[in-house]
Amino acid sequence: MDAPAIEVSGLCKRFDGVIAVDDIDFTVPAGHICALLGGNGAGKTTTISMLLGLLLPTSGEIRILGMDMRRERYRVLPRMNFSSPYADLPRRLTVMQNLSVYARLYGIRDRRRRIARLAAELEIDGFLDRPYGSLSAGQRTRVSLAKSLLNRPQVLLMDEPTASLDPDTADRVRGRLEAYRRETGATILLASHNMQEVERLCDDVLIMKGGRIVDRGAPAALRERYGLADLEQVFLDIARSDRI
Amino acid sequence: MTAICATAGRIYAMLLRYVYLMRSSWPRVLEMVYWPTMQMILWAFTNQFLAEHSEWVAQAAGIFIGAILLWDVLFRSQLGVSVVFFEEMYSRNLGHLFVSPLRPWELVAALLSISLLRTLIGVGTAALLALLLYHYSIFALGLALVAFFFCLAVMGWAIGLMVVAMVLRYGLGAESLAWAIIFAIMPLCGVFYPIEVLPHWLQPVALALPASHVFEGLRAIVVEGVFRTDLLWRAVALDGAYLIIGVTVFLLAFRAARRRNLLLHMGE
Repeated sequence: MDAPAIEVSGLCKRFDGVIAVDDIDFTVPAGHICALLGGNGAGKTTTISMLLGLLLPTSGEIRILGMDMRRERYRVLPRMNFSSPYADLPRRLTVMQNLSVYARLYGIRDRRRRIARLAAELEIDGFLDRPYGSLSAGQRTRVSLAKSLLNRPQVLLMDEPTASLDPDTADRVRGRLEAYRRETGATILLASHNMQEVERLCDDVLIMKGGRIVDRGAPAALRERYGLADLEQVFLDIARSDRI
Repeated sequence: MTAICATAGRIYAMLLRYVYLMRSSWPRVLEMVYWPTMQMILWAFTNQFLAEHSEWVAQAAGIFIGAILLWDVLFRSQLGVSVVFFEEMYSRNLGHLFVSPLRPWELVAALLSISLLRTLIGVGTAALLALLLYHYSIFALGLALVAFFFCLAVMGWAIGLMVVAMVLRYGLGAESLAWAIIFAIMPLCGVFYPIEVLPHWLQPVALALPASHVFEGLRAIVVEGVFRTDLLWRAVALDGAYLIIGVTVFLLAFRAARRRNLLLHMGE
């Protein structure tokens, strides 16, 4: 049994009386790719924000790589990273300048080599000297992914990593994530609305609704349990049921 | 030692980020120099006119030019902190920054450093132009200038951090505070006139501002030829309190932003 890379227990978040995340517990074993599935407002982004320490929980405990995020956040952060459509990079800076600043923030010693390698892998080497703001959505997503891999994170959190990408770019991004997990044994937690993506990438799925985890399991096990052909049908079945 | 190096590296990374931003846009650099220069020119002409019609101004050579240059140190230092922080909000970059190992106080250190650089560029250029165009040298104040500069810069940083805290709390709708708040303070600082001119009930408020003591100190040097250390120490003591309050308010606002999920969702 792998030791968990992410352990969450009794996690709650309330905003002015509204419950966004309601007493959830889960673990993600090291080296696994886990998906958070759920409709809009299910609590996926709020959960990821709390795992990152960007948002303080109302109650509950989060341990990442064995460390308590409340007390040891700055020991964990150098070993994790994230990418999200809700966070952007400075648009006037070139791609190279952005990556260079973040490489310094993460204390990476072989900055030039690391950036050159990621640029080649993610095919962003052709526009390293262009301002980030001048790039297309697909190019920006690849740059954001490069930023999130700069420090070779052991835990990678991604919020809708392929949202608004064309099928070709989305496929490349998924391929890169698979390769990264294979090469490094990293743990990846991603929130997604794309069921094909989840079926292809993920070992485990957590399905959220109304701030709670209403079901969990491997994609194949979930399909089997619900007797449905694909994960999208499972998702629709849960989303349209009264189960909370 | 390793921890100190890592901290220095992160502060340097943020400084580099702001220098890249300045370099990417010449209008930003021009704007830094433009307003202090325009202010200096306006008050230099006013000074010339009043010197011909007022014995007091004639005695105190270039007092208004010196005062406006020092006022701009305060104003630019405050803007240097708040406007640079707004850049992070405009670019929706706070989420990325605060999941990196960057500590909030390291960001504060970077903001203060870049504010110092921007103030030196802006006010320094205006001061050199005053020397060139009006033969007025603020550098003749010598070490007093260094003391005045830092007293005003620290007050500007403290107010800048409080403005940032307000914007973290209330969103970018409050960004106009960055420009408005300092002009509310200006009449109380006695930039161009002694504090005794103010109504009695306002004088204690004025004396609670470090800048008031700096401008009184400037007049003491220019008019009486005396460097008043008592005024300087009062300004330094008040600055210490202001800076502690500014940093504390910023850190509290940052914590509140983490409670209310603003770091990831605040932006354009």
